[in-house]
Amino acid sequence: MLRIASRWLREMMPEQKEKSKPPVAGSDSNREGLRVIGTPRRRVDGRAKVTGQTRFADDIFLPRMTHCKLLRSPYPHASIRKIDASRALAHPGVYLVLTGKDLPIQYGILPVSQDEQALCMDHVRHVGDPIAAVIAREELTAFEALDLIDVDYEILPTISNPEEALVTREPRIHEYGEEGNIHKLVALEFGNVEHGFVEADEIFEDTFFYQGSTHLPIEQHASVAIKDPDGKLTIWSSTQTPHYLHRALAKVLEMPPAHIRVIATPNGGGFGGKSDPFNHEIVVAKAALLLDRPVKICLTREEVFYCHRGRHPVLMKFKTGVKKDGAITGMHLQTLIDGGAYGSYGVASTYYTGALQTTTYHIPRYRFEGCRTFTNKPPCGPKRGHGTPQPRFGQEVQLDKIAEKLQIDPADLRLRITEAPNTVTANFLRLGTVNLSECIRRVVRISDWKNKFRKLPEGRGVGLACSAYLSGAGLPIYWNKMPHSGVQLKFDRGGGVSIFCGATEIGQGSDDVLAGIVAEVLGIDPFDIRLFTGDTDLGPVDLGSYSSRVTLMAGNAALQAAERGKALLAEAVALKLEVPRERLRFAGRRVFDSTAPESGVSFAEAICLAEARFGTVGTVGSYTPPKSPALYKGGGVGPSPTYSYSAAVVQVEVNPVTGWVHVPRVWIAHDIGRALNPTLVRGQVEGSVYMGLGEALMEEQEFRRLPKRLSHALVHKFPSMLEYKSPTSLDMPEVVTELVEDPDPRGPFGAKEVGQGPLLPIMPAVANAVYDAVGVRIDEVPITPEKLMKALAEKKAGREARFGPDHFPRVNWPEALRIPPPWEGGDGNAVNDVHREKPRLSKEKVLAP
Amino acid sequence: MMRLPLFEFRAPRSIAEAVRILDGEGPQAMPLAGGTDLLPNMKRRQQVPKTLMSLNRISELHGTELNDSSSRLGACVTLSEIAADSRFCNGMTALAQAASFVATPQIRNMATLGGNLCLDTRCNYYNQNYEWRKSIGFCLKKDGDTCWVAPGSSKCMAVSSTDTAPALMALGARVRLISRLGEREVPLAELYQNDGIHYIRRQPNELLTEVLLNPLPGWKSAYWKLRRRGSFDFPVLSVAAAARLSANNMVEESRIVVGSVACLPLVAAEASKFLVGRPLNQDSIAAAAMLAARIAKPLDNTDFDMTWRKRVTAEFVTYALRELRGDDMRGERLLLTRHSSGF
Repeated sequence: MLRIASRWLREMMPEQKEKSKPPVAGSDSNREGLRVIGTPRRRVDGRAKVTGQTRFADDIFLPRMTHCKLLRSPYPHASIRKIDASRALAHPGVYLVLTGKDLPIQYGILPVSQDEQALCMDHVRHVGDPIAAVIAREELTAFEALDLIDVDYEILPTISNPEEALVTREPRIHEYGEEGNIHKLVALEFGNVEHGFVEADEIFEDTFFYQGSTHLPIEQHASVAIKDPDGKLTIWSSTQTPHYLHRALAKVLEMPPAHIRVIATPNGGGFGGKSDPFNHEIVVAKAALLLDRPVKICLTREEVFYCHRGRHPVLMKFKTGVKKDGAITGMHLQTLIDGGAYGSYGVASTYYTGALQTTTYHIPRYRFEGCRTFTNKPPCGPKRGHGTPQPRFGQEVQLDKIAEKLQIDPADLRLRITEAPNTVTANFLRLGTVNLSECIRRVVRISDWKNKFRKLPEGRGVGLACSAYLSGAGLPIYWNKMPHSGVQLKFDRGGGVSIFCGATEIGQGSDDVLAGIVAEVLGIDPFDIRLFTGDTDLGPVDLGSYSSRVTLMAGNAALQAAERGKALLAEAVALKLEVPRERLRFAGRRVFDSTAPESGVSFAEAICLAEARFGTVGTVGSYTPPKSPALYKGGGVGPSPTYSYSAAVVQVEVNPVTGWVHVPRVWIAHDIGRALNPTLVRGQVEGSVYMGLGEALMEEQEFRRLPKRLSHALVHKFPSMLEYKSPTSLDMPEVVTELVEDPDPRGPFGAKEVGQGPLLPIMPAVANAVYDAVGVRIDEVPITPEKLMKALAEKKAGREARFGPDHFPRVNWPEALRIPPPWEGGDGNAVNDVHREKPRLSKEKVLAP
Repeated sequence: MMRLPLFEFRAPRSIAEAVRILDGEGPQAMPLAGGTDLLPNMKRRQQVPKTLMSLNRISELHGTELNDSSSRLGACVTLSEIAADSRFCNGMTALAQAASFVATPQIRNMATLGGNLCLDTRCNYYNQNYEWRKSIGFCLKKDGDTCWVAPGSSKCMAVSSTDTAPALMALGARVRLISRLGEREVPLAELYQNDGIHYIRRQPNELLTEVLLNPLPGWKSAYWKLRRRGSFDFPVLSVAAAARLSANNMVEESRIVVGSVACLPLVAAEASKFLVGRPLNQDSIAAAAMLAARIAKPLDNTDFDMTWRKRVTAEFVTYALRELRGDDMRGERLLLTRHSSGF
């Protein structure tokens, strides 16, 4: 019993354990003398989370706090003739009712898509669009009062999918965009792709469909706003992007940003679903200012489905030319994207459906055309992988078909064509380290691929797929030349260090990354550090927890700030010990002479010495990504300081009678650069596998349209956590994770991203495994037993053993911007862009998330 | 999901007191056992009882008696207790399996047998929150006048989604209903009727107090359940099969029940009769499975495509009958549930 207790104590208090050890340079460290980095550690915010003490936005209760509920449109598309809230205002316990005229200024995450209103004034565009807000003493009162608001609607015809949007010019869901209900058209050509097809020995044309899915964070969005005693606004919110919310609030509320403080509370999962400024955040802010009382809102699960911003449903067509040995000669990709009712990140998402095809395999000529349409459904946006899992699915499944036709093992085929490190691709993405081949070799080995592929008994199969992802978007969402991330450090005489940074902890471990880096540099324990993150008043700007950017960007900023602090401390200690600065080591909460470790001072003393010499000790660090060579319009989406790579093998068992699919095991290798905290890295890989399997097998953001003569409603089919099917921890297979570590000089300690990349190979690997198991192609996700049974029946009848889309509709594509790839002498500019005089980023403001 | 609406709360300590409350309050009062079905429904405003009457303090409802002459299970026995009780292995396996397949461990710890037997019927147009139902103009089962599953139908088509009822029907169970005026015992198969709204013949003033089972010497039983996730979903097709087998494995008596494909669990009488006097071999199982599957007429109001649910029914009957015969079905179970359940 005593032994268990003491072990528990040790595990709960590693800092105590550390203290008892004599600090000896070089001992007890992993390779390269690192002590914190690379060691599997308990995350710094772990204790609060597992003991239920993390304070999420909905856990905030303030004196005199009021509650807000939103009245949402029951119609998918309508004009609002009149709103009368007098009955609701008269309801006992109701303090305030807001409508669109109280918040008339439009906003949106992208400068080119300022198409949202906190409360719709005259036009609702999907079921769930908010119209009015009731603020009352009790949440139940506010809910009851919603029914007392009288709204007079004029019902408008609805658009339920992109094909309808292409042929329905009127009525328009938005007055802006390309034309009719087309939001965005993109056409880019990097080299003459037709020449590529002429050179090819084989040409493959395939159409795929990727169903939409939603993020499903466990925490529903919540916000609390107050008017400070000094009259300023403070809002706590479950947001991934406090800086962008800060900007949106300043715009809509017409307040100086200096009078607004946004505090991003720890998110109970985000996955991209909390990256937009949301109507409910603006509403509670306005209400708090008007009432001078705290106002809180916590969305219901149904409302989270209406906020959405999840995976865009994408229909896509791949035309790929290959030589007999598998070398790709050219690729032409077309995507048709269901955007939902608002812009959100959609313009960026559209570019993303064509941006990363060139990052895994060498593609000498590439043409991409993308079309995003508006529909009367909740808006789509960025979900883990943002716009890239859909085309990655098509590309990797098509590659499986190519390998079969060319009679090359799919793993070998990929190994022949992987892109080289430090390359500039056809679309001018500059790659960093590329360890895709090593990832493939590892999963092939650990999965025993060579003895399984095409060798397992009928009904069992394995499939392989690969992917790449950005380690942070290379450009900000709004055009500026400032750093993407900043960190301030404060050194306390007691030996403590405080980190101030705008980065937001959304469960991914960003706080731990910052603490780990600073602790490593300064030779202290991560638990000695106090973190102040996600607060626009306290920390310098970090653009947000999106595009897998925090580890690399905030990490580099933290590294710089820590190194600067270390230099100050080292100078002061060197004087005191009378040794050259270069001989000093920082470890075990001490600063000491590496040649005589017993000669040194404690870390706290080092700070005191530095403070005596230099005054208050504080340092800053910041990070700005390198300039991208992609200078053409649209080149803002895709660049990143470096890219992560993944390869996965999925095993499936398929019941040939029912079409039921079971996944017993997944093997995945991820090129992480360096794992700063391997425990967290593995968690992210496994989480990605989980989300990937959900999208591969069951998740569907599906809508139901009722018969026109009856109601013609266009509603989310099942906005609930029970009926929107997503796997649980019990439904997870065994996941075998391999981390490929080859430090990338661009990342802090060589680290690259892990939050999103490992999701991407899962869906195509499942589809490829199903083909290996039963010989039918399911060219869309989710791969459900119904679809499999239909494909199996086709196979049995001797027809094409396939389930998937059979056509790609006609789209009036604009003339493509022609950008010669680097090997054809291109300089990153389009040769035919009549709108651009000076090929620099001056006009292009629609940049990457 | 919204917060609960306001309600009055009663907590009687005896059956007699409980039925007096039900009698006095009328249909506006509802008994509350585990609350795992009723409370979420109330949050969505599908059910808005004025009074909730907790059954938790009525000790008479909590006991289980199993002996050679007859068995009785109190209505408030939890599904966890049933799933964990080794006494249900002989002949009554189907009940233990059904109980163990309901929802999640946390829910099974709260949910009761009586509650699961009285489970509200389910439908994708009905199990939605107030605002969603408002946006389609509500439905026949609650606040509206159209059945969206079958707009021509004058009857509600919501689906019976109880796991334990098909199992207990296959075992020939009866239930006791007590009201202030008296008590009655009805075969479980007669408790239900083919109407998504009036799916149960329990009167609002009656309390379902216990489940009664005759001894089942020589019987074997099995329960199979189709759902998207083995971790917690409601059934969208279920098959309970029970049979008394002779020493040479001939079927002397059998009952097959197909659940979750109609407003009530369906007794596959033809298939059950067909098996009598036959051995459980590949041919007889296939023939019985086809007969049983014929009665399943799933509609488009649950998870999965309805034609697919119809087409896999025979396969699920086959699983159940093969398990009765003694085949090792653990592989199939694992394939379906993705994790082992102990059965």
